[in-house]
Amino acid sequence: MTDRLRFASTDRYIATRDLEVAVNAAIALERPLLVKGEPGTGKTVLAEEVARALGLPLIPWHIKSTTKAAQGLYEYDAVARLRDGQLGDEKVHDIANYIKRGKLWDAFVADTQVVLLIDEIDKADIEFPNDLLQELDRMEFFVYETKEIVKARRRPIVIITSNNEKELPDAFLRRCFFHYIRFPDKETMERIVAAHHPNIKQELVREALHLFYDMREVPGLKKKPATSELLDWLKLLMIEDIPLEILRAKDPKVVIPPLHGALLKNEQDVHLFERVAFLARRGQ
Amino acid sequence: MFAGFVNALRNEGVKVSLLEYLTLLNGLKAQVALYDVEDFYFLARASLVKDERLIDRFDRVFALYFRGLQAVHGAILADIPEDWLKQLSERFLTEEERAAIQRLGGFETLMETLRQRLMEQQGRHEGGSKWIGTAGTSPFGAYGDNPEGVRIGQASSRRRSAVKVWDKREFRDLDGEVELGTRALKLALRRLRRWAREGEASELDLGGTIRATAANGGCLDLQMRPERHNKVKVLLLLDIGGSMDDYIAESAQLFSAARAEFKHLETFYFHNCPYESLWRNNRRRHDQTTPTLEVMNTYGPDWKLIVVGDASMSPYEITEPGGSVEHWNQEAGAVWMARLLKRFRHAIWINPRDPRAWEATTSARLMRQIMEGRMYPLTLDGLEAGLKELQRGR
Repeated sequence: MTDRLRFASTDRYIATRDLEVAVNAAIALERPLLVKGEPGTGKTVLAEEVARALGLPLIPWHIKSTTKAAQGLYEYDAVARLRDGQLGDEKVHDIANYIKRGKLWDAFVADTQVVLLIDEIDKADIEFPNDLLQELDRMEFFVYETKEIVKARRRPIVIITSNNEKELPDAFLRRCFFHYIRFPDKETMERIVAAHHPNIKQELVREALHLFYDMREVPGLKKKPATSELLDWLKLLMIEDIPLEILRAKDPKVVIPPLHGALLKNEQDVHLFERVAFLARRGQ
Repeated sequence: MFAGFVNALRNEGVKVSLLEYLTLLNGLKAQVALYDVEDFYFLARASLVKDERLIDRFDRVFALYFRGLQAVHGAILADIPEDWLKQLSERFLTEEERAAIQRLGGFETLMETLRQRLMEQQGRHEGGSKWIGTAGTSPFGAYGDNPEGVRIGQASSRRRSAVKVWDKREFRDLDGEVELGTRALKLALRRLRRWAREGEASELDLGGTIRATAANGGCLDLQMRPERHNKVKVLLLLDIGGSMDDYIAESAQLFSAARAEFKHLETFYFHNCPYESLWRNNRRRHDQTTPTLEVMNTYGPDWKLIVVGDASMSPYEITEPGGSVEHWNQEAGAVWMARLLKRFRHAIWINPRDPRAWEATTSARLMRQIMEGRMYPLTLDGLEAGLKELQRGR
């Protein structure tokens, strides 16, 4: 084996084996890795943890609905130049003064290899991924104003996340590795919890996980609670020092678990859950 | 190397491209997956499948195509030098097991028998009691339960079996045989975009700047204007239940495509034909309805009306008062349709049924007349034609 960078689970981030292979493939072949999955399963955190594990700087690029692909490369501030021209500023003679570097440019010219996170690519316009094809493939682009070619010194490790709001174009997909983060099973979840809250009581985790997976089973929830919600909830349970008995409580008046606000983010979901829980209790 | 595998995938509808196949081969060359079936499976999945809905199909093909993989795995291990095997067995075997080896005539004899069996054995073997293979009770092989057996071909870390990962088919839920057409639908819906400027002035208005600068005696006077946004407003009425059940998938797709594409989109449901009330939430259709008149008053004539329905019903449901199958309607469906069309000049009806069936159904023919021919099939071409119609000034 060469001394190539390899990614594995860290003490803070539990990656399943298939995720490790996908990340390592993306590193080895220098192709982007597209990560999809339910919200709150750690897509964005993955890039941070890959950067941390490999000891590389992270350049995050968060996409909004108004983001244009060209903004990732550079922006030419013609208006500022025009204004300076009127005022007779010396800066105006060098057009490079008015070129603002984008995240991709930063990533390309960094001294070391970097991890570039393109977060929530599906938020942008439907053509956005197509506009970045060449740049991500060849890892270079041309600056028209200064007639220079920006070429990546070291091809960055590109991690792209998507929430499935829009379908991505085929040509784009073909150039990526793909990984779908499945919702973790109980065993993996216990490892994840242990990584985040090492001092938590085992019994509390067991009861909480039990409740948590039950809650995910409730049909018709608008937003199922995911890993990040579970971690928040456990933290709250620990801070509030909620005794175990309450989680186990069979008291018909307490149909809904304590501090449920951390898990259910939607009023309708809370109502629905209350109804289902009430019916379940009555059935017992 | 795996061209047959790629072909099998393509036959199953996982459209693997040459580029992706080469990526997989490069990945193997770069030693991403090193002599490990499970890793190879993960690598192949990451490079060949780009949609979680297709992973289940991939798993099925993989299981079928690489069914013999375990046997090969075992054979390779069985071919290793005797010294190594001896060490291995010494590490694995307990005192009792070593005693058991003695029972079979000592380690040397055991190895000799093993060698003979290897010579005799032709193919893969599983579950038997003599041959070397997996899951059997022969003294040789892996995953077996003969207390006197030698474990061959079983990784010392004893992770879960490699084959199991894809045999588990954990992505089954995600494969609904969904046609991957949402993107195409969205691209068609883009036709309807109508750009307008509103919001914060963030863009340079070149024409305005030139005018203002000239008026200013040549001294620069920058003019800004807001960026363009999609301003089209769409009122979507969806037929739900009954005969529409067959087209739920297509309608849902159209709906999700439309929701992502338009900022101003209002959706209401009806059954068979719109009458005096519509509802927003199909689960509460009986207790939370909205009067159609209210809908018409809320949304102005600048809204574009798209009705999605199969228009298959009893003709009386359109022509007669009290014709509805669900309730007593004071006024006929045709009256309500006429009101809607009067309010919303830009209107089309999208019919998921095959256009050839329209003429044969009286109600569809009637509805098409009411719509003045503006009925289009739920195909890309039909959608495109319909949206073109919506664009036309009336």
